[in-house]
Amino acid sequence: MEIILISLLNGFVYGMLLFMLASGLTLIFSMMGVLNFAHAGIYMIGAYVAFEISRLVGYFPALFIAPLVCAAIGAAIEVWGLRRTHHNGHIAELLFTFGLFFIIERGVQMIWGMLPVPYRVPAVLDFPLFTLYGINFPAYRGFMLLVAAGMLLGIWLMLTRTRIGLIIQASLTHPNMVSALGHNVPRVFTIVFAGGCGLAGLAGVIGGNYQVTEPSMAAALGPIVFVVVVFGGLGSLGGCFVASIIVGMVQTFAVVVDVSLSDMLGGIGTWIGTKNLLGEILSVPVARIGPLLPYLMMVLMLLFRPRGLLGTRDT
Amino acid sequence: MTESALSLKDVRKNFGQTEIIRGVNLEVRRGERHAVIGPNGAGKTTLFNLISGRFPISGGSISLNGTEIHTLEPQRINRLGLSRSFQITSIFHRMSVFENIRCALLWSQGYRYSFWHPLWRQKALNQRAEELLAEINLLERRDLQAGLLSYAEQRSLEIGITIAGGATVILLDEPTAGMSHSETEYAVALIRRVTEGKTLVMVEHDMRVVFDLADTISVVVYGQVIASGPPAEIRANRAVQEAYLGALTE
Amino acid sequence: MSGSSSSSALGRNWLWIVVLLIAIGLPWLFYDWEKARHSGFLLTMLSQMGMMIIFALSYNMLMGQAGLLSFGHAVFFGLGGYCTIHFLNAAEAGSLPLPLEIMPLLAAFSGLGFGIVFGYMAAKQRATAFAMITMGIGELIAVAAIMFHAFFGGEGGVSANRMIERSVLGVGYGAASEVYYLILTWTVIAALLMLFLTKTPLGAMANATRDNFERAQFMGYDPRRVRFLQFALSGFFAGLGGGLYAITYEIVTFDAVAGALSANAVLMTYIGGATIFYGPILGATLITLLQSGLSLLSNAWLIYVGVLFILMVTFAPAGLAGMIEAHGPIARAGRMGRLAVPYLRLLIPGGATLLGAVGLVEIASFVTIGAAQGKSLSVFGYKIGVDDTMPWVIAFALLGVGGAWLRIEIRHFARVWEDVTADIKQRSV
Repeated sequence: MEIILISLLNGFVYGMLLFMLASGLTLIFSMMGVLNFAHAGIYMIGAYVAFEISRLVGYFPALFIAPLVCAAIGAAIEVWGLRRTHHNGHIAELLFTFGLFFIIERGVQMIWGMLPVPYRVPAVLDFPLFTLYGINFPAYRGFMLLVAAGMLLGIWLMLTRTRIGLIIQASLTHPNMVSALGHNVPRVFTIVFAGGCGLAGLAGVIGGNYQVTEPSMAAALGPIVFVVVVFGGLGSLGGCFVASIIVGMVQTFAVVVDVSLSDMLGGIGTWIGTKNLLGEILSVPVARIGPLLPYLMMVLMLLFRPRGLLGTRDT
Repeated sequence: MTESALSLKDVRKNFGQTEIIRGVNLEVRRGERHAVIGPNGAGKTTLFNLISGRFPISGGSISLNGTEIHTLEPQRINRLGLSRSFQITSIFHRMSVFENIRCALLWSQGYRYSFWHPLWRQKALNQRAEELLAEINLLERRDLQAGLLSYAEQRSLEIGITIAGGATVILLDEPTAGMSHSETEYAVALIRRVTEGKTLVMVEHDMRVVFDLADTISVVVYGQVIASGPPAEIRANRAVQEAYLGALTE
Repeated sequence: MSGSSSSSALGRNWLWIVVLLIAIGLPWLFYDWEKARHSGFLLTMLSQMGMMIIFALSYNMLMGQAGLLSFGHAVFFGLGGYCTIHFLNAAEAGSLPLPLEIMPLLAAFSGLGFGIVFGYMAAKQRATAFAMITMGIGELIAVAAIMFHAFFGGEGGVSANRMIERSVLGVGYGAASEVYYLILTWTVIAALLMLFLTKTPLGAMANATRDNFERAQFMGYDPRRVRFLQFALSGFFAGLGGGLYAITYEIVTFDAVAGALSANAVLMTYIGGATIFYGPILGATLITLLQSGLSLLSNAWLIYVGVLFILMVTFAPAGLAGMIEAHGPIARAGRMGRLAVPYLRLLIPGGATLLGAVGLVEIASFVTIGAAQGKSLSVFGYKIGVDDTMPWVIAFALLGVGGAWLRIEIRHFARVWEDVTADIKQRSV
């Protein structure tokens, strides 16, 4: 029982982190049709920049500065990079962000090295918020939830209460129409792209010391974020949210499930033996095949319901 | 009694809440040259898209030579003998003119998804492609990249691709759009020549073309056919005059 | 290529014959006659090139010819490799009495099998969903390869002995040179087969489906079926490459199915040029050269590849092959001479800009990692210290001045190019 509650909490926290990343990606993707491969790279930059700033000035300034830096980088990418490749087609844009991810990953490796950097939770937040069944729930996780919730609220307010928000909402489902109505779509694109990158940067500040800050963090989290975006569906931030929580839960819960698929299915397949692949998949504890699950979910979703959970357009 | 080549019965189409096609009844007799006209936004191209299977219909039925086609995928409809051209020129820009026509011939010549037939050695196929190119007067341009043709030449190629597969029912979507007077005359002669003996349905805005080519005219306004008959009848029809000229008749 | 059959195939493709001859003879150029030994380094690099050429060409069946962007292509390469290891082990155990030369063909058929299975899942999807599902499958297999011991051998991978003592030609394949010539043979066969495919109905319809999905439907074809077949066949050839990989290295690990290798396919194919058949050959050759050579000189060589890739995507989407072919009309009109001086004028500012950029990257790399690793950086004999500011200044200056000058020269070059092209068009009309 304890495990379930603890895992629920942890899963929720992780899910919110995923949502911070996936929301920016969904917005950019839905609006501009560009799958921003570099998104996880921006997340990584956010974490590293926050690390440096927190070393110089402190954690809380980093909370504001790092996302701004990332937003600025995003704007630069959009204006000088994406716009030029736009007329070469969607594939060219995709490849451009892909190449960017490449460069960001190597660049970070080059500047900070291959080993993790000691980006720690700030001391002021490093205490147990409460204790559940003898296990501490760190205050920092509560802080993360707070920031994520605040971000969610901020996005929701902006989308529904401001003019630019309405335009963005419309562009999510009917980008061509919005352009035909005479809005300065390129400028909106830049804002959305920069905003999405800023969100990724914020996620980096928060997530960098929750997880480990190292050059491979982008490649580790990147595909999961794509899974979330696809699973939740295009054009729907709500779907993105639900998908983030689901994926977060699945990954968190899988780690604690010590039984194997075979055990869960009542001993099915014990006669297959463990020497062949199918037998191994069935007999290995679920915790070990955990990393596979998100990808399995994405592939299955694409096979049976390409528009995702709540998507309004086909992927 | 000549069977209908194309038959639309009470066809409806909704896009979300909006009803675009509101109960269209249309009969196209075999061998007929049938023009579909109407004001902009009346739903003519949507009708074409429904017939060719691009969108599913929301109600009613569409039959080709007696077979129901409104549930079929575009390629199945094509194989049953219906072919269409597109309003926005749909040729293969990167291939040569010759290769464009050759591709259009592949299925009807029986090649299916073969990956073992070397194309350059298929004498009958290549010969037929050259014949077709001669028919649409693009033989001298055969090795040119299709994207480099003039607009009118591209439209000719479009027509060539449309008829290449030997379809008996041809749908042409605004074949003379954007053409000069002489180009239009040329296109009309070409269309008349290549659709000899076939059934032709075309959407057109140029009235000279319509009255020149068509045996039958149907007028579509706000998603419904308000009149259908020989050109003289349509010309005299009050409802049609109102729909087109509206305030001018005041 | 146009359909002209007037000149013989040999005559038109003399350049490729020369390339083939070089490929055959090159190992002997570096042969150490004293020690009676080939250069291991060269053979490894050339062998890797062969495999990557097959891999990139197979990828271009998807990207360039069918317009399908797949991010999981390494799956077929790696699974072909894994299967081959198992085939080799079975051969050694006696349960699969086949000669080594045939093993790559078996690998190809396993690749085909996987291509059919995954193709069935992927080919129905539209563009972005296709990219996503290939990425998902790729990640799935990559994670599974590290995880499971059965078939994949877990983190350590699976290994075999290629000297199975069964050969059509009576060769032992112990020596690297023997393996290289086997790879070369299969590379030529695979390339010719893939070239042939482009000139079949399926190849033509793959292009058609890429350019205009709907039009292809209205020519009687189901574009999804076309994609499916193209996908499966590309798996065939990728599997072939994987089989050669297994034979060469005698061990296959999760690296052979990893996302990094799939990414490599994209880079090689795009940089080389996706729109022209031989583009991927150029790309694979270049990237392998960079990988073998540049990686020894610089920590940051992958950054260079990334920058090259981005520059290509932005300014030269047709790749290296595209840039070469663009000279075609000018060469045929005999006006190449007019470009000689503009090219020369690009040389110095281009060189300066390159030097400046490379300098910056290298100095940055040295300052942050290299020094800590105990490496030293010296240019023209001058050792650079970690705290020196002069190198930075020089590099920035080179980049800045060179860059500005280069922009001027590029504009001049573009003008000359346009003049020549317009001139040619005028005369041909």
